[in-house]
Amino acid sequence: MTTYTTRFGSLQRYEKGGVEVINDDAKNYTFSNMFEVASMAKPYEKVAVGKNMEYVLEVLRAEGTSGWRAAAHDEFALVMDGEVEIRLRKLADPAVVPAGTRGSVSLNGTPDGQPMGRVRARRGHMTLLPVGAAYQFHADRPGVILLQTVAGADTQFRWAEICQTM
Amino acid sequence: MATQTTGVRSTGPNEHGYRRFQLGEFTFSRDEYFVHVAWPTGSHIMSADAFLRALQRDVAWGFFYGIVNFDGVIGTVNHYGTVDLFAGRYNDAYRKAELDHVENFPSPLILESFQAILDDWTNAGFDPFASPHETGGAFGPKAGENRRATTRRRVTARRMVGVPGDEPLRSDESGFPINRQFVDVPQDEPEIVAEPGFEGQVSAFNLFAYLSRSDVTWNPSIVSVCQDSLYCPTTEEYILPVIHGNDRVEWFVQLSDEIHWAVEDRDTGAVRARVVMKPGDVCAMPADIRHQGYAPKRAMLLVWENASPDLPQLIASGKVPTNPVEF
Ligand SMILES: [Fe+2]
Repeated sequence: MTTYTTRFGSLQRYEKGGVEVINDDAKNYTFSNMFEVASMAKPYEKVAVGKNMEYVLEVLRAEGTSGWRAAAHDEFALVMDGEVEIRLRKLADPAVVPAGTRGSVSLNGTPDGQPMGRVRARRGHMTLLPVGAAYQFHADRPGVILLQTVAGADTQFRWAEICQTM
Repeated sequence: MATQTTGVRSTGPNEHGYRRFQLGEFTFSRDEYFVHVAWPTGSHIMSADAFLRALQRDVAWGFFYGIVNFDGVIGTVNHYGTVDLFAGRYNDAYRKAELDHVENFPSPLILESFQAILDDWTNAGFDPFASPHETGGAFGPKAGENRRATTRRRVTARRMVGVPGDEPLRSDESGFPINRQFVDVPQDEPEIVAEPGFEGQVSAFNLFAYLSRSDVTWNPSIVSVCQDSLYCPTTEEYILPVIHGNDRVEWFVQLSDEIHWAVEDRDTGAVRARVVMKPGDVCAMPADIRHQGYAPKRAMLLVWENASPDLPQLIASGKVPTNPVEF
C-alpha cells in the first residue's frame, strides 16, 4: 500500500508557493506565508495576513507570555506550529471591553475575575476565545497562532512587507 | 420521488434508464457517458461524472457564493433567494455570438429540480463527493441510487465544532475513519482544564484531526463563526469539480500539502494567473475572478468567507473594490 506523507509548515521549515502572473497584478492576491510573517515578527504582534472588510486573519508569533486581552465577540486561535498554553479568565467587569468594540483590547495587568481554565494546544488545535473572557498565551518555544477575529486597534497591516508584489 | 412534487418537470426513463428533466426552457438528459443540456439557442455536452460532481456541490452548498460554473458554458449564479441558470453567459465566444441564455428561478424550485436530477442520475457505486480513487464510476445504464452519499448533511457550526450542543467531533465510531491519505496526521486532542463552575465553557479541538476524517472532497464546511467571518475548511484531492466565480473576495489558507489554482476572468474566462499554495501560504481570490483548484495529494485548505449579505451589491456597484486590500 502507498504511504502518504502529509506536509505541514513550521517556523523551522516552510516553503513558499506564489502567484504566476499571466495577465494580472500579483498584488491582487495578497500572497504571503504565515511562517515567514511570524519569523519576522515580534512576540504576539498581531500581523494581518488576511482582511475581508472589518474581519481579519492575524498571525501571532507565540513566544514567552503575552499580555491579557479580551474582545466583545468570540475569537478563535488555531495553533499552526509549536505548543501554546491558552489561559482564560472570566471578566468580573465585562465593561473593560466596551460593547461594539472591534477586535481585542489590551488589558492592564491581570484582569479581575475567576480563572476559567486553560488549554494546551499544539499544531492543528483550535481554541475558542469566548466573549466575556480575557485570555493570555504562553509558549516556552516559538510557535505560530492564526487568529480569526475583527480588525482592532492593535492589528498591524504591513502588506507591502509580507506580500508578493510582482 | 420527484415526479410527485409540484415543481419538478420530468419524463419517464429513457432507454438508458434515466429520466429527462425540464427547467424553464432548459432540458437535461443523460445517457451512459454524457449529460446533454439544451436551451433555445444551443446545446452542450458534459461527461456524466463531471456533471454530477458539479451538481452535487451546487445542491449541497445551496448555490454557494456567486457563480458555480459546471464548466466553461453551464452554471448558476446565486442571487440569494433566486438563482440564474445560464449557458454561455460567462463565455466570451457565446456572448459575442449572442448565443448565451439565462433564466432566473426561485431558489427552492431550481434546488428541487437539481436534487431530483442528482437523485435519478447517481448510480449506486458512485459518490460525487469522493475523490476519483475512492468511488466507483458514474457511467453505464442506470443502476440503483446512492442517496446516502448525495444527501449528506453539510457541517455548519453555529459557534465552533466541539462546543457543547454544536457540531460534534468525528471519530471511527461516528463513521468517520481517518482518510487513507491522512493516516500520518496526529490525532491528539488539546488538553483542556476547566476550573470548577466553568465545565463546558473551555472549548478546543484538533481541527487537523477533524479534517483528516472528512469523507468528502471540495466541500467547504463551517467550523467556526466570528459574526459574518466563517472558517470553511475542506479537504481537497484531484480537481475542484466546479469553477467558482466570486461575488466577493474569498481567502485561502493552505493548512497542509499543496494546491494549484487556475485563475480566470470571471466574466470572459480569459486566463489571469496561476497560484501555487504550500503549507502556511495565505492568498486572496479577488471578487472579479473565477478559480479552479488542483490537489495532487489530499490537502487541507482553509477557505475563509465573509458571509455578509451586503457584499455582492457593494462590490457589483463599485462601492467596494474587487481586490482585497490596497497597498
Ligand atoms: Fe472559491
